[in-house]
Parts: sequence; C-alpha cells; structure tokens
Amino acid sequence: MSERLAVRKTYKLFIGGAFPRSESGRSYVVNDSKGGFVANAARASRKDVRDAVVAARKAFPGWAGRTPYNRGQILYRIAEMLEGRHAQFVDELRAGGLTRPAAAAEVDAAIDRWVWYAGWADKIGSVAGAANPVAGPFFNLSTPEPTGVVGIIAPDSALLGLVSVVAPAIVSGNTAVVVAAEPAPLPAISFAEVLATSDLPSGVVNLLTGLRGELAPWLASHQDVNALDLSGADDTLATDCERTAADTLKRVRRGENPDYTVDPGLDAITAFLETKTVWHPIGV
Amino acid sequence: MGIFEYAPAPESASIVDIQPSYGLFIDGGFTEAKQSFKTINPATEEPLAEVGMAAAEDVDRAIAAARTAYDKVWGPMPGRDRAKYLFRIARIIQERSRELAVLESLDNGKPIRETRDVDVPLVAAHFFYYAGWADKLSHAGFGASPRPLGVAGQVIPWNFPLLMLAWKIAPALACGNTVVLKPAETTPLSALWFADICRQADLPPGVVNIVTGAGETGRYLVEHPGIDKVAFTGSTEVGRQIARSVAGSGKKLTLELGGKAANIVFDDAPLDQAVEGIVNGIFFNQGHVCCAGSRLLVQETVAEEILGKLRTRMATLRVGDPLDKNTDIGAINSAEQLERIRTLSDLGEQEGATRWSPACELPDRGFWFAPTLFTGVSQAHRIAQDEIFGPVLSVLTFRTPAEAVDKANNTPYGLSAGVWTEKGSRILWMADKLRAGVVWANTFNKFDPASPFGGYKESGFGREGGRHGLEAYLNV
Amino acid sequence: MGNVGDAGEVSTLTISGPAELRGFLHGLPGVDQIGAEERAARLGTRSIKTTAKAEAIDLAISMVDLTTLEGADTPGKVRSLCAKAMHPEPGDPSVPKVAAVCVYPDRIAIAAEALRDTGIQLASVATAFPSGRAALEVKLADTRDAVRDGATEIDMVIDRGAFLSGDYAKVFDEIVAIKAECGTAHLKVILETGELNTYDNVRRASWLAMLAGADFIKTSTGKVSPAATLPVTLIMLEAVRDFRAQTGRQVGVKPAGGIRTTKDAIKYLVTVNEIAGPDWLSPEWFRFGASSLLNDLLMQRRKLTTGVYTGPDYVTVD
Repeated sequence: MSERLAVRKTYKLFIGGAFPRSESGRSYVVNDSKGGFVANAARASRKDVRDAVVAARKAFPGWAGRTPYNRGQILYRIAEMLEGRHAQFVDELRAGGLTRPAAAAEVDAAIDRWVWYAGWADKIGSVAGAANPVAGPFFNLSTPEPTGVVGIIAPDSALLGLVSVVAPAIVSGNTAVVVAAEPAPLPAISFAEVLATSDLPSGVVNLLTGLRGELAPWLASHQDVNALDLSGADDTLATDCERTAADTLKRVRRGENPDYTVDPGLDAITAFLETKTVWHPIGV
Repeated sequence: MGIFEYAPAPESASIVDIQPSYGLFIDGGFTEAKQSFKTINPATEEPLAEVGMAAAEDVDRAIAAARTAYDKVWGPMPGRDRAKYLFRIARIIQERSRELAVLESLDNGKPIRETRDVDVPLVAAHFFYYAGWADKLSHAGFGASPRPLGVAGQVIPWNFPLLMLAWKIAPALACGNTVVLKPAETTPLSALWFADICRQADLPPGVVNIVTGAGETGRYLVEHPGIDKVAFTGSTEVGRQIARSVAGSGKKLTLELGGKAANIVFDDAPLDQAVEGIVNGIFFNQGHVCCAGSRLLVQETVAEEILGKLRTRMATLRVGDPLDKNTDIGAINSAEQLERIRTLSDLGEQEGATRWSPACELPDRGFWFAPTLFTGVSQAHRIAQDEIFGPVLSVLTFRTPAEAVDKANNTPYGLSAGVWTEKGSRILWMADKLRAGVVWANTFNKFDPASPFGGYKESGFGREGGRHGLEAYLNV
Repeated sequence: MGNVGDAGEVSTLTISGPAELRGFLHGLPGVDQIGAEERAARLGTRSIKTTAKAEAIDLAISMVDLTTLEGADTPGKVRSLCAKAMHPEPGDPSVPKVAAVCVYPDRIAIAAEALRDTGIQLASVATAFPSGRAALEVKLADTRDAVRDGATEIDMVIDRGAFLSGDYAKVFDEIVAIKAECGTAHLKVILETGELNTYDNVRRASWLAMLAGADFIKTSTGKVSPAATLPVTLIMLEAVRDFRAQTGRQVGVKPAGGIRTTKDAIKYLVTVNEIAGPDWLSPEWFRFGASSLLNDLLMQRRKLTTGVYTGPDYVTVD
C-alpha cells in the first residue's frame, strides 16, 4: 500500500480579506530546523505594502466605529478559532524547531494572551480615559481613540510574539499591516486563515510575508500609516525606521526584548491610542 | 383599509421544556427540598412548575459548599481560568437565548420582545464583560493584587430575574468569590436554567449555588455568619432590615433599592423623542423598574402639548399576551403587586389627582393593569412620593431649572433621573445638581455592563457595572 | 401666526415674510437622532403575520408608484411599465392595480395613452429632476408640459442649495409657483433627504413644503444615496400629523428609493399606522416610490396563498 499523497498548502499574502500572491511574483524558501524544504512563502514587495495600507485605511472607519463590545466579541471568536487549530499550530511551530512540549505551551500561551486582549476592548476606555476635575464650570472628558493604521514588524516568536503585537493594536479599533516573522512565516499565514474565518472585517489585519529589511522602510515612510511597532526589527533597522518615521511624526513603539511569560501590561495598547479631551460648559 | 389589525404573532413556548418540579442547585447538583411551592404564569395564572423551598439546613449546606469551593478551587484559581469559565457561560447564554427569553416571559409576565431584545442580550453581555476583568484586576485601580471577599450571599428581585442574577454573579465570580443566590419567589425558573448552564460550562461544583425559596430563605441567607458579603436588590423596606442585621458583623454590603425618579422635560426638548422617553421610562417592563421615570416633571410652557402627544402615544400601546411579539405591556408579576398598584392608584384619585388611561381590552385571566396617567399631581401627593412599581405615571409641572431640581430631589430616594433638553450646558448643570446615581439625558432606561448603576440616599449604596462594580466584590 | 401647541385645534397658520418663515422653521422642536432611530427600529420589530400580512401586501401593492426614470427610457419601455402597472400578475385579477406610474415629463404623453381609462394615476417628475439646478422658467416649463400631456401628479424637487444656505423663502416661492402651474394635478414635493443630512432639516423642509401648498411630501429622487429610510419617513409622518392637527389640512407622504422588500414595505405601513394614524393608510395619502418592490410583493403574496417559496422566474419583468 502506498502512503497517501498530501495536498500541500500554498502560502500567500493576506490583504483586504483575500489571499493574493505577491504582485511581484516572488517567493522565498522556508526550511525546517533540519534544513529540509517546507514551502515557498510569498515574498511581498513595496507594492504589496502599498495595497495593504490602502486596505487597512479603508477598513479603519468601520472597525473603529464598532462598539467596543462588538470588537471584544470578534476577538473572542478569533480565540475560539485559534483553539480549534491548536494541532496545526503545534505542527508549524515544530517545523520551526520547537519541541512538541514547547510548541504546545506556546500555542496555549498565544491563545490565552489573545483572550486577555479581547477582554480589554470594552475596558481600556475606563482605565485610560477620565473625567477631569478642571478649575471651572466645565465638563471635561478625556477619551482614548485609536490612532489609525499601524504598521507592525512582528517578532521572531512566530505565534506568541505575533499575537502579542497584533491583538493590542487592533483591540482599540486600529487596523494593521503586519510583516510576519521572516524566518518562520507559516504560523502567521495560518493565523491569517483564522482571521478570515472569524467575522473580522476584511482589511482590519493585513499580513505580509517577506524580508523585513525590504518592507519595513516602506511602512516607515508611508504617509498614510499612523504608527509603527518595530518589535521584530533589529537595532539598526529599527533605528533607521524610527528616523524615517520622524518625517510624518508617526507614533513609534520599539518593543524591545519582550518577556512573554509576564503580564504584558497596557503599553502595547496605549502606544496606539490618541487621547481626545472635550470641554463643555455647565450652566442653565 | 380601516383599522390595521396586527394578527396574533405568538412566539412558541414549545422551545422551553419545563419539568414538573425542580430541586435546589447545591454543590454542582440538584437536590430535593423537603417543601416546595408553585410558580405560576402571571398572564394566565397557570402553574408552571413546583420549586424547592430551601430550609435552613439547605442554606447551611449551600454556604458550606460555596466555602469549600472558594478555599480549594475558585479562590486559588488564576484569573485567566475564571475568565474562561465566564466566557463559556456567556457563550452558552447566547446559544440558548431564545429558550431563555421565552422562559423568562412565561415566569415573569414581561413581553417576549423585551426578553428577546433587551434582557437576554444584556445577560450575555454582563458575563462577557466581567469575564474580561477576571484576569485584569491589577489594572482596575484597586491596588496591585486585590483579593476577593470569599462567599457572597445574594438575593435578587422578580422584575428582571435573569438580568439581576447576571449583575450579581458575573462580577462576584470574576473577582474570585463563590456565591449562594436566592431568586425571587415568583420568578425562580431562569435561575434554575442558569444552574443548568453552569453544568454545561463545567463550572466547578459549589462555585454557584441556587437556593429557591421565599422571604424566610432570603433572610436566613443574608443573616448567616458563614458568608462574607451580602448583595441585595429589592425594596427599600427590606434593604433597611438587611442593613440592620448586617451591622457589626463585618460583612460587606451593597444594596440596590427603590426609586421614584423624575423624568424632567424642558420646553426646548426634542418633543417627540421626549414623549417616547417618557413612555419608555414608565411603561417599559410594566413599570416594574426601580429606576423607572415614575414622575414626569414637565415645564409648564410645554405641558399641554406634551400631555396631548403622550395620551395619543399611550393609545397605541398594546397590552396583552406576553408571548405575542407585538405586545408592548405584559402582565403584572403577581396578584400582590397588582393589588398594591390598584390601591395606590385609587389613593391618587382620592387625593384629587386626575386619572386617565387609554381604552384597553384586558384579558379575563391573569394580572393586568392598563397604562395610567395622573395629572394635577404635586409633591404633596402620595403618588408623587411612594414607589408604585407599576405602569402609573404621575405628572407634575415646573417653571425653572432650579424648581425642577428642587422637586426632583425632594424624595428620600435617589436612583435615577431623566433630563430632556437640546441645550448641552443645561444637561450638564442638571446632572450636576440632581442627587441620583444615574442621569439619563435625552434618553432613558439605558443599561450596559460597562456603565455603573446604583443609587443615592435610600435607593441604596454600591454600584453594579463597570470598573466601579468590581469594588463590591474585592477586599479593598 | 396661529397658535402653536394647541393640539387638536384647527388654526390658520400664516407666515408673512422670509424672516417669519425662518423664525417659524427654526422654532420647531428639534429631533434627537438616536431617539428617532430607536423608535423606527422598534416599530420595525412589529410582527405582521397571516391575515394582517396578506392585507398589508395588497395595501402596499395598491400604494406603489411604479417608476422608471432612466436616460434610456424609450416609448417601448414606458408602455411595458404601464402594462405591468395595469396587470401586475397576469392571470390573477385579484391582485390590486398599482397607484400610479411615474416617468420623466417627455414620456408622459405615451404613458397617458397607455393608461387611458384605467384609473391609474400618472405622475411626472419635474423641475429639472433630479438635481433641481436650473432657472425657474425651465422648471415651470417642464411642469407645464407634463400637465398638458396628461400628468395627474407632479413630483417636483426642492432647491437644496437654497435650503442649505438658509434661503427658505426662495424654496417656498418656487413651490408656490409650481403648485400654480399644476392646475388640478396633485403636487408632491421631493425633499431629497439624503442631501439634507440631519433630521432637523428634514422636519423643517417638511413644514416648509406643506406651508407652501404641497399635497404630498416625498423623501427622495432615488438618484442619491441614502434614499428613503424608516427614521426619515417617521419624521415626515410626524410632520404631516402635526400639520393636520394645527391647520386641519391633510398632506400625504411618499418614501422613494431603496425600498426593495415586502418586509421593508410592511415596516413602513406599521410606521404610518402608529405615527400618523390609520387615516393615512390608503393610496390617497401614502405611496411607495419603487420599481423592484412590486415583484417582491407579488412573490410574497404568492407564498401566502400557495404556501411555497417562489423565485424571479415566476414574476414578470416590466
């Protein structure tokens, strides 16, 4: 009896809710930890970045305009879908070199972290906002609002790290263009498949696989990107991007050396929030 | 066409499978009580089921189970896991939402449209909201690692049975407490369904315990030395008794009691929406709402116009079968409550106020009361002071904002208030001056798990909902 | 001016001059957007079944102004539409006729010929429909032509540019002039609510049109999105209700554009019933400006009578 031949997956980009190949037609080879061939991942180009930003901008008003409860529900649904693909993610992380127990622990932690962030959707306002006691007959309210389109260079930690940069950006209503971990992009594409089956509106998260050094500078210079998360960029690249981002005064989060075992805190959420303060007189 | 008659549009009750009898839910399982009582459908007076009457030893056992679960399982459990149980419960409520909506309508008498569109969605939302706090307590502003209190004894009323259960249980569990809850005597069923939902969610035994019964059961529960926290929603009269009994015990207490809210309409209000807000404020849920806008304070300049529109609007309210999807006003919850409403309304007439109701065909069986308007009311009337808890609106007038504030605040209650005006600064000025825990401006009866709710003065103390709602269940 | 606020008392409302008109319109009570939309949404949850649904469907059919307003309208297209108006369901004479056919002014003559002696009204759009951006003479001319060729109803557009810049008197005077040109034809005034943007503006425009003599107020041209919505129609129904209470004169309401399903049409009928009242529940006082709605009404009607779901192959195209 011959072994059944598998139908191999094609790993494409995730832009505007669809899975296109790179417009450049390029790919790059992804090997497993033993050097064996796993897949040709799409190698995104600057034009893919451009298209992804257009998709993210288009999705922003709708996503930011949803009720926080609704965003929380959708993020929780994503966690349900992630849980359903637990085994698949374990396999992909093992192909990237982790042992089975380590891979399982990472998938568990990634799902739990996503659930943690989902619960912030309808709470960040209470914690980051305030009614301010000004010295005059004025009602004064500060509310946090999402900044817009966030460009994210995801860290090497292919799933836990990915989740730790994507969830905090979008939970408050931002949309994102994410450059997946260059050495291990496959969990990111499977993650995109989860997003596509989770009621997340198209364009809220766009995912590109490819070379960080090639793609990050285009995100950093793009005038329609409001903020950057440089967690996955090495020092040199990150500093270059920060400098480029200064031209448009983007909000930049370096996100160095995260410890994924501890409470992430709020900085990954608040880094991408604007605070709006409204005054109104109090009088008959 | 003539009259556009809406044909009967009944929701089927067959989705709910009500057993002849139910026991008490203690330590993860149902056990029989020695005595039982009937719960009926107030729209038909038909019995729905027999329900256990928890005696002292049952309550003792429930508290012991809650204590063990707190010490061994729920207290030590990381917030992340408590969150997941609560998310499961929220999901199951969504999955069984139609069943729960029909059940609540049958047991309480409120219209299916309300249970379907308001009660049950809010119940699920409360569990989702507080699930999300369970693993974030260190960010809630109560210190680095706030601890729970222990075992909470909770007694809830009959007007929003499942929703009041959600308001009590969701934050308690999120913070790490375990609970023993007593639903109201006339509306025990949705709490028993909730017990089944806890089982479907695999909630560890003893974390939630439901002890059905009457006043005696509730009193025994709140006075029990084995609990650390008492939470009560109900009448101010009973709230006083509980506060008295808790004195000196060290138990933490929160109370959500009665109200006699003023719904204040200025002459520059958006008039049609104000009329809708008045109607919603007092006729929603048959007026069985602690924060109901039971006093309309209307500016004299616009009083006649508003009353004209109000009467026209009241004439389109449909009173009848709660399971008919077109019903606006359902049955009064019990014979006792109906008697109270009738007595106070008759008193209103005797005191000289002018009574009016639209023509209303009421069914023969069941407990019904037509929506009623009293005009010519002043603060000196009892119907402006006493909580009627029925579809009865008392109308007073005022001339200036200052006078509106004085009249609105002239009550021992302080739960809620409504303000209707297109002028923003006046909204904020009124809100500042009104001594009420909830102020609705250009809207009414809006609830959200993220929004703190609770009263001033004799409407109780403590807040439910929002970040503030965590405080009641933390040792802070 | 008459007494504002005496509900039920008939009074004469006279406005003399632009300043008074502005004062009156700006003195109308505001509309809270959220409250109005909530009321409309709740009315939309009414459950209309069985006998009530059958009656509502037939009533809705009888209220349809079957419409074609395309640059490509040929005589053939117009005749085909008229045939559909007269026999919505070939082989089922129990199906009511529609209320009217609505076309561009230069197609009226053909439609008048086709609809002769049928009792179906013939409505013409006019006044440089849909934009309304032309000189008054042009607007009067196309009204005149339509009336001469046999139109029994004129659907005019207001000058939204004038309205939004506060020149209420210009809008008012144009309506009065067009009304005079109508003769015995009824005048519907299209507010183009999608361009007015706020419910406050819809309320003001409704009152302005009625004060100027409109027989009907209509939401939209159907050429701009959003067209008719339930909340906008609710506001207009409140306006006609209050106008009749104050002046004794009843004005009709026509939502147009975007109403495609029976479910939607029934929500509108419920809204008419509970806001303005049963007096408005007839083709004389309420119309649907629609084209594809009719076929959905026919399909739903068939479902009620036969018990099976049907499809587009079983209703005729116009």
